[in-house]
Amino acid sequence: MLNAYHARVTSQPRHTPLRSVHERLGATMTDFAGWLMPLRYGSETAEHLAVRSAAGLFDLSHMGEIAVTGPGAGAALDYALTGWLSRLSVGQARYTMLCAPDGGILDDLVVYRQADDRFLVVANASNTSVVLAALGERCAAVADATVTDQTDRTALIAIQGPNASRVLADHTAAALGSVRYYTGVHGDVAGSPAFIARTGYTGEDGFEIFCAPEDAEHVWEVLMPAGGPAGAGPGDPAGQAVVPAGLAARDTLRLEAAMPLYGNELGPDVTPFEAGLGKVVRLDKPGDFVGRPALAKLAADAAAGDGPGRTLVGLVARSRRVPRHGYPVMSGDTEVGTVTSGAPSPTLGTPIAMAFVAASAMTAESTGPFGVDIRGRIETADLVPLPFYRKE
Amino acid sequence: MSVPAELHYTEEHEWVSITGDVATIGITDYAASALGDVVYVNLPAVDAAVTAGEPCGEVESTKSVSDLFSPVDGEVTEVNEELDDDPGLVNAEPYGAGWMFRVRIPAGPGGEAALPPGLLSAAEYEELTKSAG
Repeated sequence: MLNAYHARVTSQPRHTPLRSVHERLGATMTDFAGWLMPLRYGSETAEHLAVRSAAGLFDLSHMGEIAVTGPGAGAALDYALTGWLSRLSVGQARYTMLCAPDGGILDDLVVYRQADDRFLVVANASNTSVVLAALGERCAAVADATVTDQTDRTALIAIQGPNASRVLADHTAAALGSVRYYTGVHGDVAGSPAFIARTGYTGEDGFEIFCAPEDAEHVWEVLMPAGGPAGAGPGDPAGQAVVPAGLAARDTLRLEAAMPLYGNELGPDVTPFEAGLGKVVRLDKPGDFVGRPALAKLAADAAAGDGPGRTLVGLVARSRRVPRHGYPVMSGDTEVGTVTSGAPSPTLGTPIAMAFVAASAMTAESTGPFGVDIRGRIETADLVPLPFYRKE
Repeated sequence: MSVPAELHYTEEHEWVSITGDVATIGITDYAASALGDVVYVNLPAVDAAVTAGEPCGEVESTKSVSDLFSPVDGEVTEVNEELDDDPGLVNAEPYGAGWMFRVRIPAGPGGEAALPPGLLSAAEYEELTKSAG
């Protein structure tokens, strides 16, 4: 019996509180980090474009939520993470990282200060257990801080796109106008208590709504009523205020915005400096933190002209064949890097990619174009500044 | 998932329609749905010789790239140039406007174009997609 139970919990993907909503909407589901998640509801390209032009609704309940509470919570996070979290005001959020002692990235995180003595750490679904264990261990070194996993007690719904603010404003008493980018407030969505933050992973304005699992369907239905808003229909983007959007659209949206994805651009063998995210390493904060000696040495080396051996760059393909994760980047006949993420860009209409390229291949004389070895045939790709897309 | 009865199918999720000595080839509704939005179809050149079971092109979708196989031996007589401007036809009408290429099948010993071996009937293909989940 025990074995049977064990097999069930380890091999069966978990459902989010919005399972029945996805089923009703006819979503194509996919196993992602042990969760059964909507990949797309119809056309992922249409979902992507709807987020760019109107608004999309995402179920992100697979993300890990970890609360760090107590009078020592800020100091504990300053020690555990690369950021200076104790400096956040209540309501502020920060993008930060959990690094190993050698400076490698164990996860990228968003940390929200929800109260003086309460921080909410949001981790990638695939890394939640790693982050939970590391925070538990590292925060134990600091007095008066408690780490608890809130993932099962938290649903997360994101509404993203230029119409997101207008749609959400109709259903909350929170003053969204005063909720600036990377801040959040306690409020409600149609009467359900929620923490509403102006954060996201799409490159658009938008909000992430943390609520109780039992309220998730209510929140979703209020923001995207079944049957759609009055006057909505295909070819009527103005009327179609909000569309459901799956993980496929989320991936192309974040790629256009050049937001890194753990497992692609980030990993234990990548330092924040290599990923172009050195600003998340707050060497100016007081006290020790895990990874400081290694990260300080890397920063000092870079200042002395000995920077990271590789750089994360943007590539736009000239061909319609798509550079994808793991494909070699070529300079002439020499392999100089690897594609970390690539996809056909719905906004640009051409394939785009992020790639790690050797710094030695990035001299002033040779800034591309590069080649990408796409299944045995080299295709030309031009070097472009990141991000590929920036909202107006 | 639509599986028209009058077509032949392959285990690679392609369909084949044979008229005279010319085979028309595309990918199935099941394949198009599994791939998601098709963004580019890299087709063989007209007049190119293709071999049954060998890759002769690629289908690029948002999340993946798949080989396009020729289900028959022969010479490419025509490719669907509409797909260049509108690859979404593959998703919208996989058995119609989303067809991909045509191949002239050489005549067999009897003088007639021989139906290549190993093709599946609609019923057999439906069974295959069900067992694939």
